[in-house]
Amino acid sequence: MNNSLTLLGLLNREPSYGYDLKHSYDRYFGTGKALAFGQVYSTLARMVRDELIRALGEETGAGPDRKKYEITGAGEDKVHEWLFTPDVPSENLQSNLFAKTVIALLLGNDAEQLLDLQRSEHMARMRELTRLKQEGDLLQILMCDHGLFHIEADLRWIDLTGARLTQLKKELQSA
Amino acid sequence: MKTTSTTSPILSARGLHHSFGPTQALRGIDLDVQAGEVLAVMGPSGSGKSTLLHCLAGVFIPDAGAVTYRPPGRSGLEISALRESKRARLRLTDFGFVFQFGQLLPELSAVDNVSIPLLLAGTRRPEAMRRSSELLERLELDGLGARLPGELSGGQAQRVAVARALVTAPAVLFADEPTGSLDSLASENVLTLMLEFVRETGTTVVMITHDARTAAYADREVIVRDGDIAAGYRVTA
Repeated sequence: MNNSLTLLGLLNREPSYGYDLKHSYDRYFGTGKALAFGQVYSTLARMVRDELIRALGEETGAGPDRKKYEITGAGEDKVHEWLFTPDVPSENLQSNLFAKTVIALLLGNDAEQLLDLQRSEHMARMRELTRLKQEGDLLQILMCDHGLFHIEADLRWIDLTGARLTQLKKELQSA
Repeated sequence: MKTTSTTSPILSARGLHHSFGPTQALRGIDLDVQAGEVLAVMGPSGSGKSTLLHCLAGVFIPDAGAVTYRPPGRSGLEISALRESKRARLRLTDFGFVFQFGQLLPELSAVDNVSIPLLLAGTRRPEAMRRSSELLERLELDGLGARLPGELSGGQAQRVAVARALVTAPAVLFADEPTGSLDSLASENVLTLMLEFVRETGTTVVMITHDARTAAYADREVIVRDGDIAAGYRVTA
């Protein structure tokens, strides 16, 4: 998820203080990973530099959270472009798990155990997200669903790889 | 990942072997199911999951090994040593079953389908109908009791099947791919309502599923592979 563009999108609704933006972000997207204030202010500073947003002036005795920001025309264009440009599907062929599985087989280690450990870890996270869903509002449910489907995709890869381990080991040994 | 028994299990399997002709379905399975827990049994097709469930529920007698059932407040029973008539009685009074395709009787209304296990167990009809209607309401099917299964959506029909499985207040609910025929949203609805109910009543659940999102509703999962519990999921106590 692109935090900068997400913040810019939130700012596209109306001018806001950094403090309010952070809370909006956490409300919609921050389940289990709230944004740090420092990250919000450094992102805002970068967007001011890039002329995507502008500061509306500071109030007396102001800390950074007393500054209000509004989006510029260039910023609005950027949000529109982001929204309507599809993302390149990421296949993650070089993922750590893929590498670990191959290395385990090359070293003669128990790759099945490695996959089982990972499956167990994935299932624990899925249980956690499922519990969060049951307590949450619709926004939180959608967020958890997104996480659940992605973890499930990994699990399907783990299952299929588990079923192919013997064949994979033979191929690696003969390579 | 390994689970250690801290309380007395309601179901214990030890050394289960079972074959169908030359095919070995179970190869020495040990498994404990704790009272009140929701256990997901996962594994590839043909791994022995369904055979395990049928042995735990006293539908099959394993070729070797034993299944012990310890109902709360009663003495333990070795299910695998009981005669078929006693096992049939146990399945009626203590166990509930949900399958992938509800298996409702198409010519009976929803409420009549739900009341069948009660009537078979000797409950009088008015009482059976009252309890069945209450449970249908609890599973958000109020007003649909008079409908035939063919007049219900897939998710509604499966909730009727869940109600039928739970109406006798079983100690253990056995579910074999309970939402396998439903789309994601209907599946979620059935699981949420079913799990809310069993957690409230302390019903133990053994649920076979190949679907990780379904298994995530359970307290823990075990993987069955080649007729045995995968090494990392074996009970240590």
